[in-house]
Amino acid sequence: MDLTYNPQQDAFRKEARAWLEASVPPEKLPSFDTAEGFEAHREWEKKLHAGGFAMVPWPVEYGGRGSDLLEWLIFEEEYYRAGAPGRVNQNGIFLLGPTIMEVGTPEQKARFLPKMASSEEVWAQGWSEPNAGSDMANVQATAIKDGDHFVLNGQKTWASRGAFAHWLFGMFRSDPDSSRHKGLTFILVPLDSPGITVRPIEKLNNKKAFAEIFFDDVRVPIEHQLGEEGKGWDVAMATAGFERGLMLRSPARFQDTAHKLVALYKKTVASGQPTAPGLRDDVAQCWMDAEAYALNTYQTVSRLLAGGKIGAEASLNKIFWSELDTKMHRTALALLGYRAELLPGSPAAGEIGEWLDGYIFALAGPIYAGTNEIQRNIIAERILGMPRK
Amino acid sequence: MEFNFTEDQILLRETVRDFLTGECSLDHVRALWESESARSPEFWQKFSEIGVPGLLIPEAFGGLGMTEIDFVGVMVEVGRAALAEPVVSTAFVAAPLIRDCEDKALAALWLPKIATGEAIVAVAQPTSPLVGDVHIADLVIARSGDSLYAIPASEVTATAQRSNDPSQKLSTIEFTPSSEWKIASGEAADRLEAMALDRGALACAAQQLGACDQLITMSVEYTSQRKQFGVPIGSFQAVKHQVANLKVALEYARSHVERAAHSVAIDAPTRSVDVSMAKISAGEAALKAAETSLQVHGAIGYTWEQDLHVWMRRAWTLDLAWGETAWHRARLSSALFEDTLPTENFGYVPSLA
Repeated sequence: MDLTYNPQQDAFRKEARAWLEASVPPEKLPSFDTAEGFEAHREWEKKLHAGGFAMVPWPVEYGGRGSDLLEWLIFEEEYYRAGAPGRVNQNGIFLLGPTIMEVGTPEQKARFLPKMASSEEVWAQGWSEPNAGSDMANVQATAIKDGDHFVLNGQKTWASRGAFAHWLFGMFRSDPDSSRHKGLTFILVPLDSPGITVRPIEKLNNKKAFAEIFFDDVRVPIEHQLGEEGKGWDVAMATAGFERGLMLRSPARFQDTAHKLVALYKKTVASGQPTAPGLRDDVAQCWMDAEAYALNTYQTVSRLLAGGKIGAEASLNKIFWSELDTKMHRTALALLGYRAELLPGSPAAGEIGEWLDGYIFALAGPIYAGTNEIQRNIIAERILGMPRK
Repeated sequence: MEFNFTEDQILLRETVRDFLTGECSLDHVRALWESESARSPEFWQKFSEIGVPGLLIPEAFGGLGMTEIDFVGVMVEVGRAALAEPVVSTAFVAAPLIRDCEDKALAALWLPKIATGEAIVAVAQPTSPLVGDVHIADLVIARSGDSLYAIPASEVTATAQRSNDPSQKLSTIEFTPSSEWKIASGEAADRLEAMALDRGALACAAQQLGACDQLITMSVEYTSQRKQFGVPIGSFQAVKHQVANLKVALEYARSHVERAAHSVAIDAPTRSVDVSMAKISAGEAALKAAETSLQVHGAIGYTWEQDLHVWMRRAWTLDLAWGETAWHRARLSSALFEDTLPTENFGYVPSLA
């Protein structure tokens, strides 16, 4: 056990910090859940890519930097410290990218990864369907082979930034006689294909970037199948492992929020505004939990670097960060008092920051990437071995 | 940067686990409850033969010369086995305290005896007047005024206090300080005492992980077998989600405890805060496990005969030793909000030289 960074890692941190300090836009970009913000975030991704920081742990040939996962954590720490924009292509770079790296063909890697790294192509995920939410194996959308193409029919929904994205990945039933986890194939679909209808859905944050997507005889070349035909469930589980277990929510994000929460508490107390005594402990608990999440992630990365894999324990992570995120923002709103309902820019709002927006976003955490109820089933059944029936 | 245990460390832990499975069975623990001293000299002798009391003692004094990073996994196993011998006071706190104090004669006299299991040392906690294992101790380390003393146990007046945990033997103590027993004064005493507190709290936190894990294991086993409505009750989400919550709490507490072991071993600037976070999180995981495991066992868990309460009582007791949760919460929040102790986020560094 050695919890210090080596000189190479320190040098990398310095380099990343210097670059970010010089490059991060001084003004906050508009939300990437709007058309304007989506493009502004793609511009930022382009800059990040040109600077060599778009996807540090990926091989150089795919638009990465060839760093290991520890350097990726360092980069994330610096990224949040610098207050850099959210990653508009997070479904691509953090979820699909690592999956392609693992199960994709050389042609698929060369075709998809570089444009993903630069966000020339932004990805949406097609997990949920109207009748396949927590019960994800109940996928009904079909992909029937016709010569060298799949023909897609059906519907996917709750696709984040699906209104603006260029590509979608998802599971389709390729064997019409199959049921549940069998007979599914993981397919990559260009969203400009004929037969696709994208219908935006207004989210709780008042933005229309979320979408449901309809497939009506959409033809997709078979080389866009990822992994083996009929093994889509296994590919999806690998993707979900990255999502829940490591990459989607790096610890720096929560440490950064915890820092801001401590600062907000100090400022609130200094202002003389009365605060409930319990809030002091709540803030400390949030700080402590953000720290636990960071420590745990470093342990995961150390294990991966020693040849380990991410397994069902990714579900522990997903519960922990999503509930922590909600708790931190709820605590902040309690500290803001009457101002907690005001939108930024409202005359009486003062420096309320983005706590309300963050809270509304955090509330989605226990739902997406597999609800926390499903995660608890996974922990109980697959980690602890409790009976399914 | 490598946040893993070495193969040797894992092997040590597994060796102790196997040893305790054989030598510290539930029958053994229950039998000691019924005995006068609640302690077994035969057990301690065997425990010394595998080196545990001497883990932190330098090889020159007959120990293994290891660090808290090596020892922390062993303490988890101690908690899993509900072992209540004076491992914390003698091996985890007193041995390194004697090793680190200026009084070299003290080290030469006592460290070899601790390593061989001949000597038991009780240590008074700065956070409580209750001292464990004075009844079997040869030496008692305690503060009076601005000095620390190592007092022959025969010179200490102990008043036994009855604990809710039959494994626990507590006393309040009195002694008349004598300069011949003085081992440190002023800042040196403060430093040794602060380190002792952090070591004690760390050792308790590690045991709490073991107790929590054991309570989870028992809950999984019981709810997988017990049937109601024709199915194992563990198949109900109302039951399994509660147990899953314990596992989440356990694993994140474990990260805090393992980091705290490292911070103690290297005497990091953030040592005290890191230890407090470990004690709070492991304590709460174990306390929650005590309540939840009782709930999922139902009435059978509420009996003296069922073994669940062996660990429930350990969880309650360990929470109060070397700073109860409230004490550590107060220390954490004064560090965070009043800058009384250094705090620094792991990884997320605000400044870089």
